[in-house]
Amino acid sequence: MDNNVKMQAKNVDFFYGKNQALNNVSLDIYANKVTAMIGPSGCGKSTFIRLFNRMNELVPHTILHGKIFLDDLEINSPLVDAVDIRRRVGMVFQKPNPFPKSIFENISYGLKVNGIKDKAFIEQKVEDSLKKAVIWDEVKCRLNDSALKLSGGQQQRLCIARCLAVETEVILFDEPCASLDPISTAKIEELILELKKDYSIVIVTHNMQQAARVSDYTGFFLLGELVEFGKTQDIFTSPKEKRTEDYITGRYG
Amino acid sequence: MKKEFSQNIGFFGLFFCMVITLLALGSIIYFIAARGFGVLNWDFLTKVPYSAMTKGGIAPVITGTFYITLGAIIFALPLGLACAIYLCEYSPKSIVVNIIRISINNLAGVPSVVFGLFGLAVFVKFLGFGVSILSGSLTLGILALPIIISSAQEALLAVPHSIREASLSLGATKWGTIKNVVLPSALPGILTGVILSIGRVAGETAPILFTAAAFYTRGYPKSVFSEVMVLPYHIYALMTEGAHPDEQRAIAYGCSLVLLLLVLFISGVAIFLRQRKRGLYG
Repeated sequence: MDNNVKMQAKNVDFFYGKNQALNNVSLDIYANKVTAMIGPSGCGKSTFIRLFNRMNELVPHTILHGKIFLDDLEINSPLVDAVDIRRRVGMVFQKPNPFPKSIFENISYGLKVNGIKDKAFIEQKVEDSLKKAVIWDEVKCRLNDSALKLSGGQQQRLCIARCLAVETEVILFDEPCASLDPISTAKIEELILELKKDYSIVIVTHNMQQAARVSDYTGFFLLGELVEFGKTQDIFTSPKEKRTEDYITGRYG
Repeated sequence: MKKEFSQNIGFFGLFFCMVITLLALGSIIYFIAARGFGVLNWDFLTKVPYSAMTKGGIAPVITGTFYITLGAIIFALPLGLACAIYLCEYSPKSIVVNIIRISINNLAGVPSVVFGLFGLAVFVKFLGFGVSILSGSLTLGILALPIIISSAQEALLAVPHSIREASLSLGATKWGTIKNVVLPSALPGILTGVILSIGRVAGETAPILFTAAAFYTRGYPKSVFSEVMVLPYHIYALMTEGAHPDEQRAIAYGCSLVLLLLVLFISGVAIFLRQRKRGLYG
């Protein structure tokens, strides 16, 4: 595998029962880059990124063909534990979903379930993660307050900090700004650009301007098919496929 | 104008129904309190009965009720909770599991005297526990099981899918997720089930009639294999047996008042715990 490729999907077909959601998708996720997935609703882009941390196997009656790699590890091989994959490949969801616990406990949770007990280490890690997610200054005085008291944008950054604490390597963003106001959205986008220095990032988005602003690579999905994949600049300025051009110029979607 | 008038009539009707309900509840409490209050004093709560139960207090009866209720919850809560967790989180969605669910709900509708006979046959006779706190607790525990299971199931199902996903996506195992995220979130709902079942169990007479209750025992119960006096059965016994009906009736009302206050107190504690938990988690 190319040194710069962090994750790789090879000839992936995916089914919900008898409905085929993905059709022969192959794609590389480059290290320390932001890869955006765009496409109309129901095109399979969310389903696709949920394969990278094996979240789809929680849905009953699904079938996956093809292979997915994290570095050189085939993540669906029977020898690999989904729990390890999910720690290494973190996920930020469409709606902020903090635990109904304190801000501190939200961040320390991932460390605790991964068997870390050292208190000083946990405290340091919580602080570092919150700083990296640029929310430390807003919450440092009230770490013991319920996370549910934070605003939507703050909650989403808390959820990002939660991923960072478990030393994730890849972060999957599933429409992270869908429920946020423009200012919170700008903060998340800024954060994504900052995070790509240390992490490989995949983002699903409905918002094409967002894809253009934050991503280095873009994949366009339509009806379970990866129509086109390439450098974001190329996709948005000179798409090779007619269907891509139609979508980004707003003819459908 | 006309619409507003008919609307007001409607509201008045609803208000009237509410008042009737309150009145019924209020008059029960008033009559029990008015008749029972006369015998209520410190000695009544702390002394053992004597002189064919016309004198002294009902302390052993109160402790008996406490033991038997506690025993039932100790038995039913872990079993019911485990059962609810299995049904909600682990069991495959199949016809068999659905039948189990329906059976549990039907169990809640079985008349309590049937539980009493079951307890007599199984715990008292077959397992040889005799008429005892243990037999009575187990019988009442079975009675409480469906209440605890169905309220725990509801509470577990109400925990949003999104926070389960959050936990799993951080590398928590399924059990870790249930233990650390799902159960704490479901706790208020589970507590509600416990409250409901305490109220039900403490006041039940039929299931303990053959399995635990005695008309009179000397002093306090010695072990889980002792027969006990318990409030609901004590009230029944005072009203139907014995040679001093007038004195006994007064004491029966006193017992009713104590039982009422006891159940209200337990519910109050549980409601307080639940509210505090809610406040904490917004």
